[in-house]
Amino acid sequence: MDVEIDQESCVAAGQCVLAAPEVFDQRDEDGVAVLLRKPLADEYDATREAALLCPARAILLSE
Amino acid sequence: MTETQPGFPSTRPSGCPFDPATGYAELQAGEQPAKVSTPLGVDAWVVSRYDDVRTVLSNPNLSSRSAPSAHMSPHADLQREVESGSILQNDGERHAHLRRLLTAEFTVKRVQALRPRIVDLVEQHLDAMLATGGPVDLVEQFALPIPSLVICELLGVPYADRDQFQHWSALLLSVKRTQQEQLATSEELQQYMAELVMSKQEDRSADDLLTRLITRAEDQGTPLSVPELVTIGITLLIAGHETTANMIGLSTLALLRNPDQLQQLREHPEIAPSAVEEMLRYLTVVQFGLFRHVLDDIPIGAETVKAGEYLIAAISAGNRDTRVFPEPDRIDLTRKASAHLAFGFGPHQCLGQQLARVELIEVYTRLFRRIPTLRLAVPFEELRFKHDALVYGLVELPVTWDAVEAK
Repeated sequence: MDVEIDQESCVAAGQCVLAAPEVFDQRDEDGVAVLLRKPLADEYDATREAALLCPARAILLSE
Repeated sequence: MTETQPGFPSTRPSGCPFDPATGYAELQAGEQPAKVSTPLGVDAWVVSRYDDVRTVLSNPNLSSRSAPSAHMSPHADLQREVESGSILQNDGERHAHLRRLLTAEFTVKRVQALRPRIVDLVEQHLDAMLATGGPVDLVEQFALPIPSLVICELLGVPYADRDQFQHWSALLLSVKRTQQEQLATSEELQQYMAELVMSKQEDRSADDLLTRLITRAEDQGTPLSVPELVTIGITLLIAGHETTANMIGLSTLALLRNPDQLQQLREHPEIAPSAVEEMLRYLTVVQFGLFRHVLDDIPIGAETVKAGEYLIAAISAGNRDTRVFPEPDRIDLTRKASAHLAFGFGPHQCLGQQLARVELIEVYTRLFRRIPTLRLAVPFEELRFKHDALVYGLVELPVTWDAVEAK
């Protein structure tokens, strides 16, 4: 699974970090989401959840 | 306007103070979207299905330039110029800029760092409540002061002034206020905040949100004016304590009325995070939904909503949509509810949502464990609800407990 974050659109709600903390983090200076690493197979569901919850629809997945 | 529209649903079913206004079920079942008349006097389209609510709140052709529930305020002026410091009412790039000046303060990590202080406050207030022996008003002694203290400390607002701004914010959020009262209150609060931010511009020694915001904006070459800082400060102060305070009081009551769910939470405090999402969904305290101006024609369902018209995203109805939440009128604390609409959706989704979550989780984890016999001190029928406030909640919640069991 490939994950892309549209950081321009990110509104730093933090939903992705709550849903998949191993995959997403937020920059300290402005809360914008960053990718920690590619999700492992057992993190796919949580990563999909993060994409679904993102209020800015800024997480793009390709599977 | 040639035809008479049905009114915007704003009256809850009698005897069921947790359910959204009657009329939504009909709207949800009928043609989408539906046109209604509003207390403001304009007609507006209402979207009430979950998917539609999410879709419209993400649409850049809808503007949030009026107050979030402007349709409920008979005196709202839809043409009024948006204040340049308003994170609620600006759109597009201006909104993104303002929001990004603040988002560092509300990240998951930053809010986690506030958790120990939040725990202290919850425990202190429980100690104080227990020391009285009961009964107490849970709203006054617990639900209001905790979020108030948290947001005051975070912003750098002297807590000694809390009575004053609690009074102001209750007036500002009431749809029953007169225009004169609203203006007078707004001016007093602005005067207060202006003095506070000016003192923080002078003296940068305090480690608080407002001081950091002043410095951060300057560092980025986009300093904020005093009026802009005043708008931001007031928005955070009101949003930060009203919403969470009402959620604490109302969800405590809803849990007391659903003892099987409460027992589950008491025995398994680890479900508190999911319980919080479910209670946010179930109660949706921003009860009248979110008002938007239509900037360009957009197709929704069978209609084209036209530029210049108005639209209301009924988040409380969307959160009870059976297409997404089976048996939506039932509380199920282990339900997967985190995709609820209680914090809104789109670029304006609640900035303080992580803070609200941690406050609620710590309350849910501690209140019912420390006071296992917590119960109403008056008959349920005597409780008064804020039917006329933009943020729904309880006027007061008298509770008591068995003295022997409290620890």
